[in-house]
Amino acid sequence: MVSLINEAFKKARNANRPALLTYTVAGDNTKKKSLDILKSISDHADICELGFPHNTPIADGGQIQTSAYRAIKNGIKINDVFAIAKEFKLSKKTTPIILMGYYNMIYQYDENKFLKKCKSSKIDGLIVVDLPYPENKIFSKKCKRNGINFVQLVSPTTSNIRLKRIVRDSHNMIYYISMLSTTGGKLKVSPKKILENYFKIKNQNKSKNVVIGFGITEKSIKSLKKADGLVVGSAICKEISKSIKKRQNAVTNVTNVVRRLKNKIK
Amino acid sequence: MKIKKGVPLIDQHDQFGFWGGKFGGSFIPETLKKPVEDLTDEFKKLRKDKKFIKKKDYYFKNYIGSPTSFVKLENLSSHLGGAQIWAKVVSEANGGAHKIYNATVHALLCKAMGKKYIVGDTGAGYAGKMLSMAAKKFGLKCKIFMGAKDIKRQKPNCDAMKKNGAEIVPVYSGSQTLVDAVSECMRYWVSNCDNTHMCVGSTVGPNIFVKICGWSTAQISRELKKQLKSEFKKIPKKIKLINCVGGGSSAYGFWSEFIDFNKKQIELIGVEAGGPKKSKLHAAPLSRNAKIGVLHGAASYVCQDNEGQINETESISAGLDYPGVSPIHCFLKDTKRARYTYATDEDALNAHVMVTKFENLNPSLEPSHAFAEAIKIAPKLSKDTIIIVNSCGDAKKDRDILRERLGKN
Repeated sequence: MVSLINEAFKKARNANRPALLTYTVAGDNTKKKSLDILKSISDHADICELGFPHNTPIADGGQIQTSAYRAIKNGIKINDVFAIAKEFKLSKKTTPIILMGYYNMIYQYDENKFLKKCKSSKIDGLIVVDLPYPENKIFSKKCKRNGINFVQLVSPTTSNIRLKRIVRDSHNMIYYISMLSTTGGKLKVSPKKILENYFKIKNQNKSKNVVIGFGITEKSIKSLKKADGLVVGSAICKEISKSIKKRQNAVTNVTNVVRRLKNKIK
Repeated sequence: MKIKKGVPLIDQHDQFGFWGGKFGGSFIPETLKKPVEDLTDEFKKLRKDKKFIKKKDYYFKNYIGSPTSFVKLENLSSHLGGAQIWAKVVSEANGGAHKIYNATVHALLCKAMGKKYIVGDTGAGYAGKMLSMAAKKFGLKCKIFMGAKDIKRQKPNCDAMKKNGAEIVPVYSGSQTLVDAVSECMRYWVSNCDNTHMCVGSTVGPNIFVKICGWSTAQISRELKKQLKSEFKKIPKKIKLINCVGGGSSAYGFWSEFIDFNKKQIELIGVEAGGPKKSKLHAAPLSRNAKIGVLHGAASYVCQDNEGQINETESISAGLDYPGVSPIHCFLKDTKRARYTYATDEDALNAHVMVTKFENLNPSLEPSHAFAEAIKIAPKLSKDTIIIVNSCGDAKKDRDILRERLGKN
């Protein structure tokens, strides 16, 4: 089976640029609005991460928390998240979509049922923030069996032994957390240092697509261009909050942000 | 699922940190894997290190003031009739509650690991107060995360934290109580784990924190075992150990030495926060049949909705106002070694009034939940039944709530 995620990275590589990955929260601030945003930004983004919001997020900073609480308050349910993804895929067949969230939501839905639903909604990948390696081994195998890419996370604190094992057991994509931080923190490590760590992962196995995330904004994205992919989340969530506050069109504003991000890495 | 004899309960987990195959674990972001592993290794080493044990015992005795007393509540017993009611007055410990044991051990661990900063969460403010005390004592910089609602309702403890030089970080997200404080504290640790140690205030959180906390509070039952033998010559035939359960640290500490006993001889009763009588909200995942879920890095019974969103809780007692509970208590529940029930806000207030009326004892709202159960069952029991309540906190911190609800000074 062709992996859309792999294809997206290949396409970016052929254009001599990193893939741009966006993160938005499903249902922020309404189901329809989040779908509109997703459709619109995917004209510029290569891969879309879609968060399924949880009300006790232990690794998210203020911007994503705000988006998540807003979505939950507006009544988003997990089945709505799948519906949004499915609807999105009707018009954007080749744009990969990765769901991201916390394990309790999957656990309550039932792992197998969750994966079946992912498959029928044409979800391409899954990031589970609080299901680390090696605890995620069984689940990630299940994902693979269902044709879903389980994205392993690596952080600056990951030891070399762990790194080797994680890369060995990873699927197509690995997510490198740029620094010790929750999402959306201020970049407190130099891009040079981040890329140094990035290549430590990349050099383990060149066939894996390694992306960098956490703290990436319009300001810093260019300096990390050498990576296979770059994830921007909080900066986008922040723009949604800002648009709501100013009563402006979030779809237009967020799309502009994503377009500018893309132009910086072209 | 079975409890092994002769092995401390905190060590009866599998290689992934699960008790009974399903409670506990370490559901943590990748960034925390390394600091959690470091802490696990350090604790494994130090708990067997004679010098470290000696140091811990020295501070438990000379700083915390062990042993705390074990007294018979004569007036309350004769008023109620039936069983004898005794109290283990853990609130005599330095600072006024059992939280000092865990805080002291964490401060010692933090120092041993060469970290200068320590952070912690707090609900009732006791875990925060004690951590600020221990930090001051051992020369550590301390930050305490506390829900904005709790800051308002537990002012005396906040004043104490500030006096000890700790910074209180108010948490405004969610319900602005303990659950949000723990989340925020974990988020802070994710960002600062290179130079900062985190203390989880109860037997909750990723596996290692459950173990460290349980190891620390176990002091309570070690003392009680000795006191029982010296008071009754041997361990009596019918004992009921009643303890409030929020996260469950004082209950585990109160019970740990007695888990191997037959439950007909020593019954373990945990009392959760039932919330206001007229409210649907509560903080009683064990006794009101919550489903298993993952909260703050561990699997346990959790108050949550069908989707896995954590429910808001409500309790007059900030220290019990938490939607999850220790995986160890889930294990004790499912193996039927302990029995769990709940008391409402009103039950706890009434119990507080009755205990303070008859005895020279001032239990905070948390142990007042345990006293409520004792008061309920004592009249139905025989005279040779020994009910022991862990009076694990002092009501000074509840001054404002008690004044409001009871019109008391």
